Amino acid sequence: MFGFHYRLERKAIGLVLAIIGVASIGGIVEIAPLFTIHQTVEDAPDMRVYTPLELAGRNIYIREGCYACHSQMIRTLRDEVERYGPYSLAVESKYDHPMLWGSKRTGPDIARLGGKYSDDWHVAHLNNPRDVVPESVMPAYRFLSRAELRTDDLSNHLKAQRRVGVPYSDDMIANAAADAYGQAAPDSPQAEGVAKRYGKATNIRAFDGKPKDLTEMDALVAYLQILGRLTDAAYKPMASAEK
Amino acid sequence: MVAQLTKNERQIALVILLVMAAVGLAMAAGGRNDPFGVHGALVMVVAILGMFGVISGYYAPEPPEDRLDSYYDAPSKFGIIAAMIWAVIGMFVGDWVAWLLAYPDWTFDAAWASFGRLRPVHTSGVIFGFGGNALIATSFYVMQRTTRARMPDQLSPWFVLLGYNLFCVIAATGYLMGVTQSKEYAEPEWYADIWLVIVWVTYFVLYMRTLARRKEPHIYVSNWYYLAFILVVAMLHIVNNLAVPIAWGSAKSYSLFAGVQDAMTEWWYGHNAVAFFLTSGFLGMLYYYMPKRAQRPIYSYRMSIISFWGITFFYMWAGSHHLHYTALPQWVQSLGMTFSVMLLIPSWVSAGNALMTLNGAWHRVRDDAVLRFMMVAAVFYGLSTFEGSFMAIRPVNSLSHYTDWTVGHVHAGALGWVAMITFGAIYASVPWLWKRQAMYSAKLVEAHFWLALAGTVIYVFAMWNSGIIQGLMWRTYNESGTLAYSFTDSLIAMHPYYVARAIGGLLFLLGAVVGCYNIWMTIRTAPSAAPETAADRPVLGGAVLQPGE
Repeated sequence: MFGFHYRLERKAIGLVLAIIGVASIGGIVEIAPLFTIHQTVEDAPDMRVYTPLELAGRNIYIREGCYACHSQMIRTLRDEVERYGPYSLAVESKYDHPMLWGSKRTGPDIARLGGKYSDDWHVAHLNNPRDVVPESVMPAYRFLSRAELRTDDLSNHLKAQRRVGVPYSDDMIANAAADAYGQAAPDSPQAEGVAKRYGKATNIRAFDGKPKDLTEMDALVAYLQILGRLTDAAYKPMASAEK
Repeated sequence: MVAQLTKNERQIALVILLVMAAVGLAMAAGGRNDPFGVHGALVMVVAILGMFGVISGYYAPEPPEDRLDSYYDAPSKFGIIAAMIWAVIGMFVGDWVAWLLAYPDWTFDAAWASFGRLRPVHTSGVIFGFGGNALIATSFYVMQRTTRARMPDQLSPWFVLLGYNLFCVIAATGYLMGVTQSKEYAEPEWYADIWLVIVWVTYFVLYMRTLARRKEPHIYVSNWYYLAFILVVAMLHIVNNLAVPIAWGSAKSYSLFAGVQDAMTEWWYGHNAVAFFLTSGFLGMLYYYMPKRAQRPIYSYRMSIISFWGITFFYMWAGSHHLHYTALPQWVQSLGMTFSVMLLIPSWVSAGNALMTLNGAWHRVRDDAVLRFMMVAAVFYGLSTFEGSFMAIRPVNSLSHYTDWTVGHVHAGALGWVAMITFGAIYASVPWLWKRQAMYSAKLVEAHFWLALAGTVIYVFAMWNSGIIQGLMWRTYNESGTLAYSFTDSLIAMHPYYVARAIGGLLFLLGAVVGCYNIWMTIRTAPSAAPETAADRPVLGGAVLQPGE
């Protein structure tokens, strides 16, 4: 073995090929089958896609680095299930490009945050977390209420999402900007389109309390309120696992 | 810098800068309403300034032919200075965000100044800015000495270093504007990623061209590690960053992978960024600078071989230990855990080989703070690889994951191992590169050593305590069978440790500032050394040295 190496280390190309070969095996064995083994991701026929407003909110969540302190992955441990809710299933993030499972809980897990608090609570909390949780160390995000949400490129966002495999229809792509506005303005004519395209259960309300302006606060709260609510699969895990 | 380039290289440099300026202009025009446009303008300005620089030196006389008689070290000098600048920036931002976790209002009411945007500036600043520049600079130095061959040209090392720093600047400014892919340690967006691939391929080609000119028949172990660093980082970077931009003219892209596949790809990348960026490259550094400084040969050739191939093979399986008990299939978790535990063998063989090399030189470790930096680095390498294998065991991970213990583990490696070996290598290189007898002040090196060690120990102990307390509080039940503590209870318990951690970080930062001053004074005022000897010159002509020569 050492004799072989004595010869190998005299050849630069041989060394390069050996490194590439040896280093490739682990990834090929562990990652490639995840795309082919069907049981990797459960079936959930009721799984819906993010609305344009929720997707925009998700992008704000990414932009502000929220994932650095909040996980969205409840592990299969008793204390986690009792603290946060049913453990996370792979299917729940199957439309998440990229995933936001996180790696650190400086703040709590928020995989099942949707519907847990009111919109008002979220707005107050984001404006200054210490107003509602005095011990919090979360940054204040006052600037979100001041920032108008950019909607002119939302169609491009949906198109790119479709290209990587999220089933957005042509209708959804064409109306992305209007749907984003409508979802946060329940009395506007655009609101009906949102319910038609994304389902009656979609949250359609003035998330930041001001139906006239569409702010980044609207988008982020809309996203936080849908966390863990895209499918009910996690609440009936046995049924989906049996299939 | 321009005076060292040949006429031909000056022309190529101008063409490259012209193309960059054109691409920058197109980016700026295409991304008028987007951070993408800001980066386009930045690229354009940098390229135009570069063109001015090249044009103003264009008619300088060509470098003399005898430049080929000595190694080309100017890029290494630049890289070391860049590494120290990034160290101060990255550690300053790191300490700032550490204070923010104790006192969240110690910042400005502005988007760029919030924790989430500053944190990647810290991580990328220290890993890619400080670590990356140090790796490139030392790899240039080491590959020339260990092959006894000069780099083939003057332009490509500058392209690699300047291009790499442009990538770092685009990354850091992007985070402040909110440009991020959210993939940890792979945050830069698609256009920065493409640029890094171009730079990296040039780096690889330069390395191979130098190896092809080598006069030593055997490729020294440092070069195996630097090669593995270059090759595997390229592989990881390309696969993990596959994404579809939403439009030309937008910084935003969507990862090709989703959910569980994306998570596994990200942690395959993330853990091996630790392996091949923060371990492999720095082991290359250790294998050159430690024996040189200790004036002892490497203890065991066979241990070098075992640890090198063990690390290259085992590490690539270990990423899934970041996803224990998640929605990742159990078989992948088990593989990751198994290989993580096995990884301890090559890791400790490396650390043992390094420490045994010091046998017969322990009096130098006592007297020479530079060598002591390297010794402590090897010890922390051994400690943190043991801790890593331990934390990868599933039941241990159920406690440690998501807590500050992970942060403590990372910093035991990053401060104790990576930064210590880098400071050791830099303090060894600076007098060699600038032809000085010694560092300006050995006392200041000593001061830096103790600041760095104290900072590391305080940091790591604070995070061990807070992490384990956190993990235990989250899983404690009271007598009636319900959870004993709210999340907020655990947060309150963290406060003293967060303050301690920020103080530890501050000490480490102060050490780096002392180091900068010492290096600056060495370059400016330290007495010159005797002219270089024949030993520090490339071997000329076609003959290949025979072993033992």
